[in-house]
Amino acid sequence: MKELFPRKQVMGFVFSLVLTIVALSVYFLNMSFAVGMTVLLVTAFIQAGLQLIVFMHAGESEDKGSIYINIFYGVIVALLTVFGTLLAMIWGY
Amino acid sequence: MDFFDRFAIPHPSPVIYAAMVAITLTVIAIVAGITYTKKWGYLWREWLTTVDHKRIGMMYLVSALLMLFRGGADAIMMRAQTALPENTLLDSQHYNEIFTTHGVVMIIFMAMAFIMALMNFVVPLQIGARDVAFPRLNALSFWLYFWGAMLFNISFVIGGSPDAGWTSYFPLAGNEFSQSVGTNYYMIAIQIAGLGTLITGINFIVTILKMRAPGMTLMKMPMFTWSALITNLIIAFAFPVLTVALAMGTMDRLFGTNFFTTTNGGMDMLWANLFWVWGHPEVYILILPAFGIYSEIIPTFARRNLYGYKSMVASIVLISVLSFVVWVHHFFTMGQGAMVNSIFSITTMAIAIPTGIKIFNWLFTLWKGKITITVPMLYSIGFIPIFTIGGVTGVMLGMSAADYQYHNTMFLVAHFHLVIIPGVVFAMLAGLTYWWPKMFGFMLNERIGKWAFWFISIGTCVAFFPMFISGLDGQARRMYTYSEATGFGIWNMLSFAGALMLAAGFVLIVYNIYYSTRYASRDISSDPWDARSLEWATHTPVPDYNFAITPQVDSSEAFWDSKKNGHTLYKGKYKEIHMPSNSGVPFIMSAIFFVFGFAMVFSIWILAIVALLGIFACLIHRSFEQDHGYHIPVEEIKETEETLGGAKQ
Repeated sequence: MKELFPRKQVMGFVFSLVLTIVALSVYFLNMSFAVGMTVLLVTAFIQAGLQLIVFMHAGESEDKGSIYINIFYGVIVALLTVFGTLLAMIWGY
Repeated sequence: MDFFDRFAIPHPSPVIYAAMVAITLTVIAIVAGITYTKKWGYLWREWLTTVDHKRIGMMYLVSALLMLFRGGADAIMMRAQTALPENTLLDSQHYNEIFTTHGVVMIIFMAMAFIMALMNFVVPLQIGARDVAFPRLNALSFWLYFWGAMLFNISFVIGGSPDAGWTSYFPLAGNEFSQSVGTNYYMIAIQIAGLGTLITGINFIVTILKMRAPGMTLMKMPMFTWSALITNLIIAFAFPVLTVALAMGTMDRLFGTNFFTTTNGGMDMLWANLFWVWGHPEVYILILPAFGIYSEIIPTFARRNLYGYKSMVASIVLISVLSFVVWVHHFFTMGQGAMVNSIFSITTMAIAIPTGIKIFNWLFTLWKGKITITVPMLYSIGFIPIFTIGGVTGVMLGMSAADYQYHNTMFLVAHFHLVIIPGVVFAMLAGLTYWWPKMFGFMLNERIGKWAFWFISIGTCVAFFPMFISGLDGQARRMYTYSEATGFGIWNMLSFAGALMLAAGFVLIVYNIYYSTRYASRDISSDPWDARSLEWATHTPVPDYNFAITPQVDSSEAFWDSKKNGHTLYKGKYKEIHMPSNSGVPFIMSAIFFVFGFAMVFSIWILAIVALLGIFACLIHRSFEQDHGYHIPVEEIKETEETLGGAKQ
C-alpha cells in the first residue's frame, strides 16, 4: 500500500493550502503595505513553483531540461518587464 | 435611421466613396465568380476547413501579399502628399488616418502574416514532421488573423479609420482626443489578430521541441527552424503584454476606466511603456525569421555550409534576451532620468554585437564560396549593406543624449525603414522565391525577378536615404505638409520617386507570378536549387503527409549528406499514417469573433453578447467533439509515392 499512496501529491496539496492561508492572512491581519506585499509575492512564487513541479509534472519527463529553461526564461522576462517598468516609470523618473 | 448614423464616416472624401464602390463591386465580383464556376464546395472543403500546415501557409501568403498592396497604396499616398511643399492632395485628418493604417497593416497584417506563411509552410517540412503539433489550433490562428485583418480593413469605409498613429499613444488615443470609433477598431482588431499570433507561438514551440525527426537534436536543426523556435518563444512572452495593454485601452475607451487617462489616477505614459514592452520584442519577432531565411539561402547558393553555426545560434538566443531589455529607447525623451536612459542606451547598443556576429558569419559563408546569383541570393546579398546602414543609424538613435536631436524626425523613419525593408521585406521576397517551387511546383521567372530586385533595392535607397538629411534638418515625422522655405521639398520629392520605384518593383513581382504561372516549366525536380535541408527531400507537390517515411537525421544538413555523403534518409517500410481531419469550426468561430469585434467597436451590446455566446458555443462543441482523425492506408501511400516520382527506398 505504501508505494501506492501519493505521498508527494498529498504533502504538496497540504503545503499549497498552508500557502493559501498565509496569503489570506494578509487580508485578515493588520500589517503594513510593504510587509503584506512581500508575503503575497513570496507565497505566490512558491505556490506557482509547487503547482508546476508537483501537479503539472515539470521535471518528470525526458525533456525536463527544456521545460526548466523555458520556465526560467519566462520568469526572467516577467521580472525584467516588471522591474524595468518600475525603473522607467517611477524610480528613475 | 439614428442607428445607422454611427456607421457614417466622420471625415469623408470622394476617394473614400470611390473605395466603397470599388470594395462592393469587388466583393460582388468574387461572390459571383465563385458561384458561376461552382467553386463554393471546393473552397469550403479544400481551403476554409483545412488544417494542413502547407495550405494554411499559402493562405497566409496570399493575405500577406494583399496587405502588402493595401499598405503600399497608403505609402504612395503619403509620399505623394509630401512630395511638394504646401500640397493639398490630402488634408491633415486623412494623412493621419493613412499613416496609422500604413503602420498597422504593414507590421501586424503584412510582415507578421508573411513570416507566419513561411514558418507554416517550411518548419514542419524542415524538421521532418507530418504537421504542426496542434493542426486545428493552427487553422484557428490563421482565421483569427484573417478576420482581425478584415475588421481593421473595413474601418475606413465604416465608421472611420484610426488616426492616432500605429503606436496609438494615449492620451491622444483616448476618447477625449479620438472621438471616432477608429481607435476602437485598432484596439479590437489587433486584439483578435494578436490572439491568433499567440496561439501560433505556442503551437510552434511545441512542434519544434516535440516533433523533430529522429536524430535531429536541437543543435542539428536547420537555422530557419532555430530562428522560428526563438521567434515563437518571443511571441509567447511578448504578446500577452500587448493583449493586456489592448484590453486596458479598450476598457478605457468603451467602459470609462482610467488606466491611461490623465485624470483619476490614470497614467498615460504607461501605454507607451507597455506598448513598447511588446513592441521592441515584436521587432525581433519580425527580423529573426528573416535572419533564418538568409541563413538558409546563403549556404545554398554559396555552395558552402553555414559559417559559425554555434555562434549563429548563440547570437539569436542572445538577441532574444536583449530584445526584452531595450524598450525604453523608444521614448528616451519622455522624461525619465539620465540613469534610466543610460541603462537602456547600453543595452540597445549591445544588440549590435550579436547582430554583427551574424553579419560576419554570412560574409564568411560567402567567402571563397562558389556563388550563383539567383533572385533569392540577390536579395540576401543586397540585404547586407542596406541593413547595415539601417542598423548603424539605429546605434546612433540608441545614444540617448543624441536621441533628443533625432527623436520623432524623418531620421528615425529612414532608420526603421532601412532595417525593416532589407531585413523583413527582402527576406520574405527571397524566401518566397526560394520556396515557391516547393509550394507551387514551378519556379518564378529569374529575369523578371532580377528586374524586380533592382527596382526594389534602388527604390528603397532612393526613398529612404533623403529622409536622413531632411530629418537632421528638422523635418518631423507624421507632418502632413511643410512650407517651401524649410527646404525639405527636394528630399521629399526624391523620396516620392523612390516610392514609385518600389511600387514598380512590387508590380513586377505580381507580373512575375502571373507570367510564371502561365509559362514556367512544370518539369522541375523536387530540389531545383540543389539545396541542403529536409524540406527539399520530399516530393513536389508535397503530399498531404509530407514524408512517406520519417527521415533519419544526423547533421544540420541531412539532405545534403544524403545527396553527397551517402547518408540514408529513409529507413524502414511504409506504415499507416495518422492524419488530422478537416474542421470548419476555426473558420466559423473566427467569423463570429469578427462579428463580436464589430459589435464592440460600435458598442452594440446585444450583438456583442450574442456573438460571445456563439464563441463559447464553438468552444463547448469542441470540448465534446469526438474526432480521432483518419488513417492513410499503406496502399494509398504507395500509390501516391509512385505517381509523385517513384518510391524512395
